[in-house]
Amino acid sequence: MIRTPLRPLARILSARDRGENPDAIERENLRLRHEAMRDKSRQRAEGRLLVMGLLFFSAFTVVGARMGLLAATDPVEPRAAASGASILAQRADIVDREGRILATNLVTHSLYAQPQSMVEPERAAVELAAIFPDLDAERLKDDFTGSRKFLWIKKKISPEQMQAVHDIGDPGLLFGPREMRIYPNGALASHVLGGASFGREGVHSAEVIGTAGVEKTFDGWLRDPGNGGQPLQLSIDLGIQATIEEVLAGGMKLMNAKGATAILMDIHSGEVVAMASLPDFDPNTRPQPALKGDPSDSPLFNRAVQGVYELGSTFKVFAIAQAMDLGLVNPETKIATKSPMTWGKHRIRDFHDYGAELSVTDIIVKSSNIGTARVALMIGGERQKAFLGTLGLLEPTAIEMVEAPTGKPILPRNWPEITTMTVSYGHGLSASPLHLAAAYASVLNGGTKVVPTILKSPMPAPGPRVVSEETSSIMRTMLRAVVTRGTASFGEVPGYAVGGKTGSADKAKPTGGYYKDRLIATFASVFPAHDPEYVMIVTLDEPSENSGSVPRRTAGWTAVPVGAEIIRRVAPMLGLRPEVEPPVQHGITLVRN
Amino acid sequence: MRSLFYVLTALAVMGLAFWAYRENYRTQARLTEIDRLQSEIGHLRESMNVLKAEWAYLNRPDRLRELAEINFDRLGLLPLRAAQFGTAAQVGYPEKPLPPVTDPVETFGALPETEETTP
Repeated sequence: MIRTPLRPLARILSARDRGENPDAIERENLRLRHEAMRDKSRQRAEGRLLVMGLLFFSAFTVVGARMGLLAATDPVEPRAAASGASILAQRADIVDREGRILATNLVTHSLYAQPQSMVEPERAAVELAAIFPDLDAERLKDDFTGSRKFLWIKKKISPEQMQAVHDIGDPGLLFGPREMRIYPNGALASHVLGGASFGREGVHSAEVIGTAGVEKTFDGWLRDPGNGGQPLQLSIDLGIQATIEEVLAGGMKLMNAKGATAILMDIHSGEVVAMASLPDFDPNTRPQPALKGDPSDSPLFNRAVQGVYELGSTFKVFAIAQAMDLGLVNPETKIATKSPMTWGKHRIRDFHDYGAELSVTDIIVKSSNIGTARVALMIGGERQKAFLGTLGLLEPTAIEMVEAPTGKPILPRNWPEITTMTVSYGHGLSASPLHLAAAYASVLNGGTKVVPTILKSPMPAPGPRVVSEETSSIMRTMLRAVVTRGTASFGEVPGYAVGGKTGSADKAKPTGGYYKDRLIATFASVFPAHDPEYVMIVTLDEPSENSGSVPRRTAGWTAVPVGAEIIRRVAPMLGLRPEVEPPVQHGITLVRN
Repeated sequence: MRSLFYVLTALAVMGLAFWAYRENYRTQARLTEIDRLQSEIGHLRESMNVLKAEWAYLNRPDRLRELAEINFDRLGLLPLRAAQFGTAAQVGYPEKPLPPVTDPVETFGALPETEETTP
């Protein structure tokens, strides 16, 4: 660029000639130069602003366009990512404590019809009725030729049936994929599992929802894709459950009982290793609930959880344990047992007359109602109720099953002294066998509270203390004595030091009063008594052992042999080594008194 | 010099374009393969599930019990009893066979000190 001089000589000389001030020329030139510089820098700044503006505009356009695109397109799985799609079924499996399958899914098909696109509706109806014998050809014909545009024919069909329907070759018969729930073990643990059915149904899929048992309790969990298809692991052991159901079914038949239930529970963790209730059902074809009659007669009724019964003498353990824990009695304390005992207008009797007095141990061993009632009077109703509450006998069990809240104990409205006495030997308060199992576990495991659970859980921290360790140990010794020389003498299983308590309670009539010849026989047991591992409850509904001249109905003749047989079969499977029992310490020194 | 630079740049652009074209097609091919593999995995998982269900069905305790009863003559299976627990000392292990007598010359050995001197 050619720079214009500020003082061009020619112009200065001519200005001087004209007598003007040459500085004016310089200032004028300086001004022009400054103006040119200013214009140039403004242009540059404007250019920069334009570039920046364009830059921002395009950046925002890109961001906006991308957002619009993302909002407008359908979601797609990232195709190039590593395969993490482990979820296959819409509902997770249920497995037992060893991982064996209790419930799983199968892909199958449903069959539906669109009559307007059918070619030969009459022939199709006849052929369908030939494939599915439960369908009525006439009704199908009416449906196919009527005004309906869509109808379901079958919700689940097998591959063979599907092929047969294909072979009909009618374009109006269509299939929709379905996932169905199957229980490969059939009726095993049916009450625990419950069952499943279809919820909302569409042509392309259908919801599978749980209808009872853990299937319903964990319905949300089982269907939650967030779990990544992880199975639900129960505390049930398949083999042990099968054995218990087998033995219990045999025992129920032998003892002519109309129903039976058994619960095997880990005494420390409260895990239910097996829970059987007979009669049972096949959850693959879950029967409809009975609309009339007694719901407890239905096979759907879970006696272990829902059945609340007066469990009889098995409750004596709680009264004695509490009295001992409070320091009111010791195992050798003599209690008057003169029969009958009169209290106001009530009379309490024993099964036999046990003489003038019995030691506390013998009250349990011989199962004396009078002795227990007297001990309960020493405790008092207030404390008795509080203790039963601590054991969880006054509210529904916390087990993770939908049926649990229906197993609500039936409590006496008031708690006068006579109730204190009757409740102490198990009358007037109804609870489920599961309540009994949890309460026995709490008292006998060393004295810490146990909450029953159906899920396999890592060993929980011991619960709050219910009774002292000494009391717990003495109670186990007493229960052992019940088997060695008391009412449960058929309960002896060599090598496993079974301890237990029988309970035979007359059934309450729905009209009031009690039946004379209908009992609930219960055997509540713990094994091995010296080092407790498991609690088992066996309850038979209306048993009657008819080998003798008169039918024998008490638990000692009915529930105890069945319970002993179950322990004989199951204890080795549980991995318990038969042991020689440590000798009974006479004059136990552990007692504080 | 300048024309060489232009030629080289043009070549580089063509090369990059070719490379991008090829990569694009390879990516597409891989994605198709992944789709195929994933659907195959899905099918395999599905059949694995069916097989598992069948395994559980065939191993259901009722059936095993029946099979044990049917084949009692051959297998003689009975329920586990407490008496079947034993101690390790009760197990009749077979006696260990003595090592066979081989060439006695083999018993000669070089002592560690002499070993260094022998070749």
